Formats: sequence, structure tokens, C-alpha cells
Amino acid sequence: MIDPSTEFETVIGLEVHVQLATESKIFSTARARLEPGKSVADEVVNANTTPVDAGHPGTLPALNRKAVEYAIKTGLATSCRINEKSVFSRKQYFYPDLPKGYQISQYDQPLCEHGFLDLELGENGDRTKRVGITRIHMEEDAGKNVHLAGFSLVNLNRAGTPLVEVVSEPDMRTSEEAGAYLRKLYSIVTYLGVCDGNLQEGNFRCDANVSIRPKGATQFGTRVEIKNVNSFRFVEKAIEYEAERQRQVLLSGDRLVQETRLYDSQKNQTFSMRTKEEADDYRYFPDPDLPPLMIASDTIEKMRAELPELPDQKRDRFMNEFGLNRYDAGQITSSKAMAVFFESSVTAAGASHGKVIANLLAGETTRLLNEAGVEIAATAFQPRHFADLAKLISEKTISATAAKQIIGILHSAGSAVAADVNEIVEREGMKQVNDLSALEPIIDGIIAANPKQVEEFRAGKEKLLGFFVGQAMKATQGKANPAMLQELVSKKLKGE
Amino acid sequence: MKTIREIHDAFDAGTTSPLVLTKKYFDAIAQSRHNAFITVCESRALEQANRLTDELKSKHGGKVPRKAQPLFGIPLAIKDVLTIDGVRTTCASKMLENYVPPYTATAVKKLEDAGAITLGKLNMDEFAMGSSNENSAFGPVLHPTHLDRVPGGSSGGSGTAVAADLCVAALGTDTGGSIRLPASFCGVVGMKPTYGRISRYGQIAFASSLDQIGPMCRSVEDAALLYEVMAGVDPFDSTTANVPVNGAVTAPITKGLRVGVPREYFIDGIEPEVKAAIEGMIEKLKAEGAQIVPVSLPHTPYAVATYYIVAVSEASSNLSRFDGVRFGVRPKEAIEARSLSEFYKKVRANFGTEVKRRIILGTFALSSGYYDAYYRRAAQVRRLMRQDFEKAFEQVDVIVSAVSPSTAFKLGEKSKDPLRMYLTDIFTIPASLAGLPAMSVPVAEDAQGLSIGMQVIAPRFQENVLFRAGAAIERLAQVGVAS
Repeated sequence: MIDPSTEFETVIGLEVHVQLATESKIFSTARARLEPGKSVADEVVNANTTPVDAGHPGTLPALNRKAVEYAIKTGLATSCRINEKSVFSRKQYFYPDLPKGYQISQYDQPLCEHGFLDLELGENGDRTKRVGITRIHMEEDAGKNVHLAGFSLVNLNRAGTPLVEVVSEPDMRTSEEAGAYLRKLYSIVTYLGVCDGNLQEGNFRCDANVSIRPKGATQFGTRVEIKNVNSFRFVEKAIEYEAERQRQVLLSGDRLVQETRLYDSQKNQTFSMRTKEEADDYRYFPDPDLPPLMIASDTIEKMRAELPELPDQKRDRFMNEFGLNRYDAGQITSSKAMAVFFESSVTAAGASHGKVIANLLAGETTRLLNEAGVEIAATAFQPRHFADLAKLISEKTISATAAKQIIGILHSAGSAVAADVNEIVEREGMKQVNDLSALEPIIDGIIAANPKQVEEFRAGKEKLLGFFVGQAMKATQGKANPAMLQELVSKKLKGE
Repeated sequence: MKTIREIHDAFDAGTTSPLVLTKKYFDAIAQSRHNAFITVCESRALEQANRLTDELKSKHGGKVPRKAQPLFGIPLAIKDVLTIDGVRTTCASKMLENYVPPYTATAVKKLEDAGAITLGKLNMDEFAMGSSNENSAFGPVLHPTHLDRVPGGSSGGSGTAVAADLCVAALGTDTGGSIRLPASFCGVVGMKPTYGRISRYGQIAFASSLDQIGPMCRSVEDAALLYEVMAGVDPFDSTTANVPVNGAVTAPITKGLRVGVPREYFIDGIEPEVKAAIEGMIEKLKAEGAQIVPVSLPHTPYAVATYYIVAVSEASSNLSRFDGVRFGVRPKEAIEARSLSEFYKKVRANFGTEVKRRIILGTFALSSGYYDAYYRRAAQVRRLMRQDFEKAFEQVDVIVSAVSPSTAFKLGEKSKDPLRMYLTDIFTIPASLAGLPAMSVPVAEDAQGLSIGMQVIAPRFQENVLFRAGAAIERLAQVGVAS
């Protein structure tokens, strides 16, 4: 029996399937990539196939060089070693969505190995952790079974779609770390442009291996694999649920079984799919139809030189160039779309406005986007909006509070309205009152109306300054320049 | 029986035409009792023949365009393991009895582009697994001249069709000897190119690392013609080699030719008449100025065991797609299955006995815990065998041996004893494992009139040496030069 006061730690390793954004499939000329703006549901069933994808007898795979390039770039961007020789193997099992009866994958000789990701953790992203990447290998996707009343159909449009599987070391200890790892990896593959990053369409799918062990133990506990969770938040929740479930099992004196479980996001539970005893023997062997994949070292170096600026590099540059703090810079660079948007806004406004723009984007804008679950590129926001806002703020024409409100207005206006920030400011009467002569009588009035508080303030209760500023702000309907107002109120109270 | 060159001369002279010749072959096929064809493509072939006959006059002024279309108007037949768009392709299996592929094999396409006419699809051992052509769901093929005997396998339909003049030439496929053995039994020339020389795209796979398409013909020259048309790199087959083909040369060469005779190929089990015929031809070669060099291929005794691990392992994987979902028959009892695994069982029960045996063996050899002892070990031995040949070819230009220890045996004689059947391929398997080009050339007949073939093996991509040596042997066999 385990001591009920035992403290456990969770051990997490992640396997992520990243769909590569090549035009054609990994081993055939069939279309692999969705047309912009379309979803899988829009495609004619089995239209995106050639005899190769359907596994017709006598067909052979011919490797898509672009897919190899994308896989290598993924490896380079995650600090992997790229193997000059890698081997495609057949993973064999019977299932209706697998037309050949085997999946072409890489087994004992993968393309990339021994990489890592550096994660930023904690409220401000200032705690860092390095998570190892065991390997990245290439493989083809299977088709999809569609179950109808009394029968099932197979759609092979997805069969042969190029994937890389990124396998981490079991280095993560909390769901937060797992979430940070997934977001970092996601941002890297979308920065590289090797993945379209469409989570709904399964472009980026995660299996989590979760075990627990008493804190300080060196041996791993019994591992459970949670399959195919396609949202970062659900991965975090599934891990939390699973770690707690395992703890309960151990504390109740039972043993854990090595198994594959599925996560039900509606119930926030995992349930058993199959145990290890039921697991297939995949009978891997090198695919005789594909010679070993040989990559010359100068090809690897050429690709390394061609890598675009990655999120971490961009974050550091933004910090240096625009004086952003680590948190804002991290927020802005976590998505490529956001980083591009930021840079366009800064270009429109001038570099001196970088910090203000970053603030607006990392704060209120990100909050609204997360709430709506959309990328900035898919909204009505335009870089010029933020350039205008930044200018108005630094000219003291509007307050930061007003800027927030304007962002809200722009967001809810939707894309139908070609909104203009200056117009909104005019329409809503948001101009800040910077005029001393306009503020003076208001402040005088408030001082006259609150003699008791004035007396207390003058007797030393300095925090009452806030009371007077608040009253004055209220009287100006929030339009007063806060810095100016504060200074003026203070002067007046002190009788200066 | 005319060679391709003779037929082209007859086309030029106007004494026959592609259409006349094609019709003649359909008559012969209709009258044949050999069961060599599974599917006859009469309307498709007559359409091709009609078009070519027209073009001979209208486009080519009555002269065969030998350069542009070296197989102009030549009626061929294709082993039913190769796909043709819209033509049923069965692999002699019940599993594919209704399979019509939507694409054409690269090799067949190249032949047809070169002017060949496809008469039909030839019988074979199911999925090319067998040495006697008795493992066909469409019944056994009979030997061309001795109807109570087997033609050899697995390309038995190809061997018989060429020997019995049911087509001018045929395509076979060779995994461990499936072209060379029936060529030897039927008395025709059969050639297996270097692995990677001819695209396998459209060849329904048995053992992918061994399978090669090759010609079965009446002469070495015909074989070279077909080979040259089919050879070359193919973007649809990643295992094809980008090595120049350089045209097929068939000028016989004997003088100065260094002929290796491997001592491991002259074993006890070899029939005396076969041994005498091979030794007789070696003597003739020597008399013509060839240099006879004894060589050793020390890993030969492991060849059959190695082959039957590699081939069955790959086969077990390649045949997975015949699961009744998209490919393979779906009988009533499968439709009524209560689970997916029961469904697969009912569907896959429809493979023939030999195919089932090999799938089970291969599945076992690749299983977790056995892979290292079987498949990996076999791959290692295979490398050693390749090195044996490399070493031997430092001293010689070609290696010669018998194709098989025996001549054509009787139907049913070995079919109950798989191990004895497997040993039929003992001399052809090593070249397959090493990926080398090899050829069977008829050199003699035994007392019963059964053909004896000599095997010639050349270094990788040295098909020209193979053809020139083969042509010399063919000439020596025909003129009957005594030693």
C-alpha cells in the first residue's frame, strides 16, 4: 500500500503529428493541401487520389522531395541532427482506412534526432525549461473511415498526406509545460511555413504519454498513451485528469496497466481504448520499394542557411529593437500572423511607437482574439488601426483606456466596416482633455464641494489624492489626460 | 517460327501484316490446349493491329519504322501479373478474379509505344509463387510439347506461349527464377535484367527487392530488342537505376571471353543428362576460344533458405492489401462476418495454398522477436552472396551453370512436396538475391526431347555482356559444333 501522503510527479512525453503543407502527397502526385478557405468537408470524397494512394496492386511510392525539405527544416528549427541516411519502413496492420495494409513510416533510422525546444514558463515567461526531442520522422497519413447506419465507407482523400511525427523526451512534468511545448512547436512549424496549422482540420495532432511516480523516484511509472487530442487546452486538461486518475489508482492499492486511452473533452475524462496485450505487432521492416533516403551534408547546410527568423530570434530582436519587455515580445511572436501584423503596424507608425503597439497587441487585442479563438489575420483589425492608435496615444489625443475601447469597437464592428480610428475617436468623443484651462474650473469645483476631504489631505492623508483625481475624471467622463489631471489636482490641493 | 527481324522483313515484303499475324495468333490460341492464357484481349489487339497495318502503308510507306518503333506490329503476350488499364489482371488468383486496374504498367506501356500488340494476359503461378505453374486458380499450364508435364513457373504461361507459337514473345517476371526456369523447361530464351533496370511500376508485387520483369523470346536477339525498349529509369519506380542502357548488343562473343564455372553449382542432385549438356556447352565455348575459369561462390548453400525468408517476408507485406475492403473478393460469408477480424479471415481464406503458406511464413519471420534471427540475418547473408559474385567477377566476364537440376517434370510430381519444389530453383536464386542480370539459353534436349537450358550470369548492369555471351551459346547450340 502506498503511503497516502506520497507526493507524486507527472512525467509527460508528447508525440505530435504535423501535417506538411506540400501541394502533393508524400508518395504520389495527388493533391494533399486544402485549397485556401476550404475545409475537408468541402472536398469530393476520394477525389484527391491516384492509384498509388488507393494502394492499387502494382503501384509504387515515389518520394515527394518537398516533403523531405519540410521535414528537414522542422528538424533544423528544433536543433535536431539531420541524418544523412534515413530509412523508410513498413508499419503493418489491417484496418479499412489503410489501403495497402501497411503505413510507410520511418522506424529505426529516422530523418532527424536529438533536438530540443526551450520553453518559457510562468506568468511572465521568465522561467525557462529545455525539453528534448528524441526524433522526427516522416510518414504517410491513413484515410478515414466514415461510419453510417449499418455500414461504413472509406474516404482516401487523406491517405498519403505527408506527416512528420515529432517525438519528445519524457521531460515534461506539468500540463503547463506540455501546453508550452505544443504552442512552441506549433509556432515553429507555422513560422517555417511547413504546416498550415489548421487545428480543426487535424494539421497538428497530439498523443500524450503520461505516467506518474513518487517525487524523487528515478524509475518511470506505467505509461498511458492518450491519443489524438487536437486542442492545446484539451491536452492540458487530459494530462491533468489522467495524472489524478493514476494517483487515485495507485493510492487505492491497484496497479496501473499500460494502455491507450482516449480523451472525452465534454466529460473531461479519459477512457480505455486498448491495453498493451491487445496491441498489434507492427512487423516493421525496411520498405523495399524505397531506397534509403540520402541527404548530402551541403544540402542540409543550405537549408539551415535558408531558415526564416524563428519565434525566439524574433522575440529577442523585438526586445532589442523596440525595447519591448519579454512578456509582450513573447506574446507577439508566439504566432507568426501576430508578429507580421506587429511589424506592419510599426512600419506604418514608426519604430518609436513599437512599444505602445506591442502593449496594445499583447494586452487587449490578444485577450479578444483568444476569447474569439481566432488569429489576427482573420479579423477586421488592420495594421493602420494600431499605427493610428499609437500615434494618438503618444500625442496624448486619447488615453490608454480610450484605446482599449476603440480596439473593442473595431473588433465588434467586424470586417464589413472599413473602420477608421480617427473617425471613432471623433464619433465617440474620446479626445482627451489636455487643456489646463478647461480642467481648472472642474477641479476647483470638486475641491469646493469636498472641504472635509481637503482638510484631511492637507493634514497628511495623501492617499486621498486618488479620490480627487477619480472625481475629476468622472466629471470629465474619463477624457481628461490622467497625468495632467493628477499633477493639477495635486498642485491645487497643496495650494501651490 | 520467325524472329522479330524476320517478321519485320515479311511486313516490308508485304507477305503478311500486323493484322494478318494477329488474327493468326488468335486462331492458334483458340486451338491450343495449353491453358496458357487467362484473358485474351481480342478486340483491343485487333484495334491495335488494324491501326498499325494502316499506318504501315499510310505513314511509313510500307516499311517498318524499326528505329522509332522497334516492335512495330509484333504480337506479344503479357504475364497476368502486369497491369493494363481496363484489362482484367488476376495474378492467377481468385482474389483478383474481377480486378480491372485503372493504369498500365510502365514496361507494357513502353512495349505498346514501341508498336507491340498485346494479345492477352498469360497464366502463371498465383502471385508468381511457384516453380511449376500448378498453383494457378485458373488451372495449370501445360508444357508446350509434353502435355503431361509442367512448363516451369511461375511464368509458365509465358514459356509455353512462346514455345508453342501462341505469340512472338512474352513478358515474364522473375523473383527467384520465374523467367529462367520456364524458359529452360520450354526451350526458349528467358532473360532477367539487373534489379532496377526495368520499372516494376504496374507489376503486382511478390517480393519487391527481388522482382524483375524480363522478356521470354525465341532468340537472344528478340530478347535484347524487348529489353532495350523496356529498360531505363522510371520516376514511378524509385528502385530503378539511372545507369545508361547503351543499346543492346548481341554480336556473339567467345574469343577471350572469360567464363566462370562455379564448383558449387555442380552438385550431386543434378540429373546426369543436364550435367552432360552443360559440360558439353562449356567444352564448345572453350573450343571457340573462351577461357574457362573455375570460380567459387561459397555462400551458395544458404541461397534457398535466405531466399525463402526474404521473399516470403516481403510477400506477406505486399499481399496485405488483398483484404476484401478494396481489393480481393468479398464472399457471402465475409459480408456476414460479425467483426472486422472475422471479415479478414473469411476474405483471406481465398488465397491458394502456396500463397497462404508463404504469407504465414513471412508473417512469422517479421514478427517481433524473430525479425533479427530471420529477416535481418537473411539480409546479411544476402550481402555475403553479393560479395561472392563481386569477387568471382574480378576474374571472369560471365558465370555459367545449369538453370535447374532437372528438365520439365510431370504434373503433380512435386506439388505435394514444397521443399523439393523449392529446390528446383537452387541455381537461379543466387543471381536474384544478388540482383544480377541472368539468362536462360536452350542448349540441348534430353533423351525424351525435353529442353535443357544453360544459365548465364553477368555483373550488375552488364546486360550487353550477357547478351553477347548468350548469343554465342545460342549459336553454338544451333550449329551443334562438336568439341
